[in-house]
Parts: sequence; structure tokens; C-alpha cells
Amino acid sequence: MPTAKAAKTPAKAAPAADAYKKLGAAKLLKIHELMVRARLLEERLIKMSKGGDGFFWIGGPGEEAFNVPLGLQVKKGSGVDCDFLHLHYRSAAIVLAMGAQPIDSLRQMRSVGTDPYSKGRNFVNHYAIPELNVVPVSPTIETQYATAIGTGIAQARAKTDAITVVNGGDAGTAEGDFHSCLVWANRPVLPLPILIIVVNNGWGISTAAATQHGEKNIADWAKVFPDMPGKTINGNDVAESWSALEEAFAYIRKNRKPYLLEVKASRLYGHSSSSGANRIPEADCIALLEESLVKRGLAKVSDFKAVWEREAAALDAAHKQVKSEPFPELETVWQDVFADGLPPSYPTKGGS
Amino acid sequence: MANMAQAIRMALHYGEQNLGVTEIFGEDVGAPLGGVFTATQGLDKAWNAPLDERGIIGAALGLAWAGGRPVAEIQFVDYIFNAIDMLKLAANGHWASGGRYKTPLVVMTPTGSGIHGSMYHSHSFDSIASKLHGMKVVCPSTPLDAYGLMIAAIKSDDPVLFLKPKALLRSKGEELIPGEPADEKLLHGMIDAPLGDRTKWKAMWPKLTDYTVEIGKAKITHPGDDATVVTHGRMAPICLDVARRFAAEGKGSVEVLDLRSLIPYDWEAIKASVKKTGRVVFVNEETEITNFAEHLIRRLVDECFYELKVRPRLLAGKATPGIALSPNLEYFIQPQAKDVERVISESLADPA
Repeated sequence: MPTAKAAKTPAKAAPAADAYKKLGAAKLLKIHELMVRARLLEERLIKMSKGGDGFFWIGGPGEEAFNVPLGLQVKKGSGVDCDFLHLHYRSAAIVLAMGAQPIDSLRQMRSVGTDPYSKGRNFVNHYAIPELNVVPVSPTIETQYATAIGTGIAQARAKTDAITVVNGGDAGTAEGDFHSCLVWANRPVLPLPILIIVVNNGWGISTAAATQHGEKNIADWAKVFPDMPGKTINGNDVAESWSALEEAFAYIRKNRKPYLLEVKASRLYGHSSSSGANRIPEADCIALLEESLVKRGLAKVSDFKAVWEREAAALDAAHKQVKSEPFPELETVWQDVFADGLPPSYPTKGGS
Repeated sequence: MANMAQAIRMALHYGEQNLGVTEIFGEDVGAPLGGVFTATQGLDKAWNAPLDERGIIGAALGLAWAGGRPVAEIQFVDYIFNAIDMLKLAANGHWASGGRYKTPLVVMTPTGSGIHGSMYHSHSFDSIASKLHGMKVVCPSTPLDAYGLMIAAIKSDDPVLFLKPKALLRSKGEELIPGEPADEKLLHGMIDAPLGDRTKWKAMWPKLTDYTVEIGKAKITHPGDDATVVTHGRMAPICLDVARRFAAEGKGSVEVLDLRSLIPYDWEAIKASVKKTGRVVFVNEETEITNFAEHLIRRLVDECFYELKVRPRLLAGKATPGIALSPNLEYFIQPQAKDVERVISESLADPA
């Protein structure tokens, strides 16, 4: 089990105790279970990356306190009447909270043919789940903020309360696509129902945000758009995350206008396997949640131990299963080049 | 006879009426202008976007993922370079997602030189477009083909880049579009927006019918036995004129193959013609370094080496950093009719 290192909690202090009691033990324990599932999954993926059971790892350990509540509050399903999600590669806890299975992430990590998200073609944590409206995740930084415009338009036209959720990181807000999203979401002729999330972990790979960004808060970009609220929250705190998301979802569903939410959170294993993927001494949101629950008498330490053991055992079994699955057949590279089918004379030799 | 801009407009109207096109957008695409080349005047679903090419392609991508069939415009292909990331995502989305997300969108954009467009209104994009694997690329040379290719592009489940040769947008064809009135003044009065106040103007559309030019099918516009010219877009009518003149003057029987689709290209048609004539000249207005036709020449050498009587030739734009404004420089940089005549004559004269 992790230990709390609250000294580096990056944002505000924890909210009042009643916020946890208001959520209730049952919901909090469900959130805790999903957070543990996501954390153990990411740690397993890191281990696979280091152990030659896959290649590059990038993920979101440290963001579970925000990502799980987000996944649980999404209106799940497919089509414009359900929420669309334009995610990035730190979103495992979101899709797990929506019902995705850890074994599928293990499959993508190992690049086996059963990888349902990309058939062994893409990095881990790059989902594509049409039945959950999770559109393809790309390694490109911030392009998801531009594609969110499109599902936002579709939902602005439709008679629905469904919205578009876009999630990315602080460093990428320097890219134009972030500003495209702000401008298009606030067009006076057609405001868009988009929850624009920026998870601010303070880093862009090895570069400190404080050295490159003069904005006091990223959420301050909302100040120039009169109809778009902007808020900065402590994403290491489950209760604060839950209530901020409730407020933002409710505003967008009702008003059909955008909302900018900046979420300060830890980056517990650095940028990716390229930077070593070793544990960083920042605040651990799972340890903080466990402390909060015990302190309020909502759970016992032994409850947590059982969850960690159960989830680890499930992951062991899933990993064993994935190791027995075959790598993709070579000819599968010609599948899906075109949805209309590969023309018979398409060049497939790779040269002369 | 309709000109190409009118033909595209009519195809888009057919699309919004019959093929589920719900969004047609780009810079100055909606009222009052209806596109800088008037290709979107009078359309019900046309609207103006912010001046943001990445946002335009991103919006199209999101709309396609949400189940729509959007048509987006980049005002000039010269402006498309800052959206290359988004085009790549559109092209690879189906493959990257293991076939789970289709991307049925059309991006149309005026291409090429011939209107004294200087540095940033004269670019061609063919070879770069052909490297966006997963994207289909079409380029008509007549209004009827523009109509049929646009309808095919809308129907396709793949992303289609529709290159509009800007020098041909005002040119008229030799065949009527299905449903087009024979009296072009009547058509003008029905679908061309008036000068001045347009606020109360509405197009009166002729009763248009379905007409599809299959993507990937070339057309022999002038049959011949002595040499093959493979071309497309703005150079196609120039090559056709030269072939007709050569036939009339007894200089040789030249077969002109208008590719119409660059990706996928009609390899069987190219091969059949070259096997018949043994001589081939590729003509296009892109620069000669890594020209799209160089790939076709390499493949011909691989697959038809013994059927070639003489070396294949390429007539292309000169590899300058841009197209110069001064007419004498533009005509020197870009292939002209006299250059087409010269190169075909040289190929016909090459000793077998």
C-alpha cells in the first residue's frame, strides 16, 4: 500500500470533512476500488515495459482521485445522446471507471493480436472504444482539443443533455489546438457543450511548467469568455474532484455551454518509461483517500488490504492470460487501411 | 454548361438533401460569400468557421466520429500545411483504432497554380497528400467529374481529400450534369448568388440526380496508340488539347489518361495503356523532387520494364521554393502547353 506524502500536495487543502460523509462510505469504497485497480494496472504496465513484456509506457498514476469520479459521472454509451470523451494517454482510471477491463490494457501493452483498441498497432493507454464514445486516443499532444469541437457541434445541434469531455495536460496548452477549442466552444452563433479539462501536474516531460508558462492559472483563460466558467481544483482530493465535476457537468448539461476545469494532480511515475518511470515523492491520492476514510470512521485499514490483494490477484490472472495470446499476423497490417476496403492493386510490397 | 464551382455546389446540395451531409463549413464558406470561389453559395448547411485550419479539420474529425458526414473546406491548399497533424489523424484513425472508428469526412480545397496566385495561392499538395496513408485523394478536371467525385467522396466511409484545381473552377465542361438545365443563363439565375444584398436570396436548385464517379477509376479522355500521357487536374485539359492537336496534325496518336483519383490510383488503367503504347509521359504541376508520378514511374519500371519501348518521362513544376508572381516566371516554373507538346514529341521520337 502506498504511503501519504501530503507535504507536496500541489493545491488547496482538503475540503471540509462533511464532503466525504456526504458522498457516503459505499460510493467512496467503490471509488477506492477503482483507484486501486487503475494504480495497480499502471504499475503492472510499467513492470511489463521494464521487463521486456512490451515497449513504451505512458500513463496516469497519480490522477486517480480525479479520473475515477470523472469516469463515474459520465453519461455512458454510444452516439450523440451519450457523452463523448477525447482523452489522452493518462486516462486509464477514467475508462476503467466507465467499465473498461484491465486485461485489454495489458493486451495493448504486450501488442498482441487481441488488443481491442489498436490490434497491436499503438502504444498502451491509447484507447478507441466506440461503445463508450471514447474516440481514438493519439500520441499527438493536444489534438484531442481540436477533435472535441466536432462532437461538441454534433451535440449542440442535437436535442440532448449529453456533452463532450476533453482531457489533456498542462504543457500541451501551449499548442494552438487548446486555444482552438476555447474559441470554437465560445462562438456566439453556436456555443458548445464541452467540459474542457486540463490536468496540471506541473511538468512537460522534464520541463517545469513554471519556467515556460506565465499564466497564474490555466483556468484563467476562461476569464476572457463571459459565458465559460473556469475553475482550478485540487485533483488529489476525491471529494473536491467529485463535487467540482458534479458542478461542471450540471452547468454544461443545462446551459449547453463550455466549462474550463484545471485539475492540479501528482505525476507519480514521471513522464513515461523514457524518463525511467520510477516513483516520485509527490502526494499520493490513494493514500490520502485511505487516511480520510479511516479518520472519518468510514472504513478500516483491513478493508483496503483486501481490495489491494483482490485487484492484484485479478491482474496476475489477466497477465497470465495475455502472455498466452498470439502476436498479430503479418497480413493484418492491411486490415483497416481503408474502411471501404483495400483496392486489389494497392502497393503492398514495400518497394521493388 | 455548369462550371466546376457550380458543379461542386450542386453535388454538395445533392449531398445535404440526400446523403446525410449535415455540416459544410470553412472560412467564408457560409453566407454571404459562399466560398471564395463560390462553391458553397446557397447551401442550407453551409456556415462560416473561425479562421483556424486545425480547428476546421479537428471539427470535421469529431463530427465524423459522432456519426456525421461533414464536408470541410480549407480555403486554399496553401493554408493546409499547419493542419497536417489533423489530416494525419483523419487518415490513420481507422487503422490506429483497429477498424473501430470510421472517418467519413470530405476536406475540399483549391489547389495548384494558374490564377497568378504567387507564393501562397499556387501550391500543389499531391505528393504530400499521397503520403497520408488511409486518406483518399481525388482531383477532377471537368465539372461532371467534380460532381460525380464529390458525391462519391460524400458516400465513402473513408476520409477524402478533394483537390479543386483552382484554375479550372470557372471552366465549363462538355457534358451536362444530371438534372442541370441546358440553358446556362437559366442555371446562373437559379444558383448563383446576386451581387450586392444577398440577405433575401435563396438558391432555386434544379432537380439533381445521383451520379457517382468511382474513386480509384481513371478515364481515357483521348484514345491513342503511340504514347500514353498520365495526368490529372489542371494539366488534364491541356494534355487533351495537345493530344487532339497531334491527332489533327498527324504528329502521333496520343492516349490521355486522366487519373481523377490519386489515392487509390487506377494502376490497371495505367498499366494497360502503357503496355499498349510502350511510351509514357507523366504530366502534373507539382514540383519534380519526389513528385507523385515518380512513384508511378518506379512501379512501371518494376512491373512493365519489358513493355516499355523508351524511358518514361516526367513533366512537372520546377523545384523552386514557390510559384513566382511575374507571369513570365510563373509560366517558366509551371508546365505550359508548349512544354507538354515538347515532351510528348521527345518521347515519340525516342528510339525504341
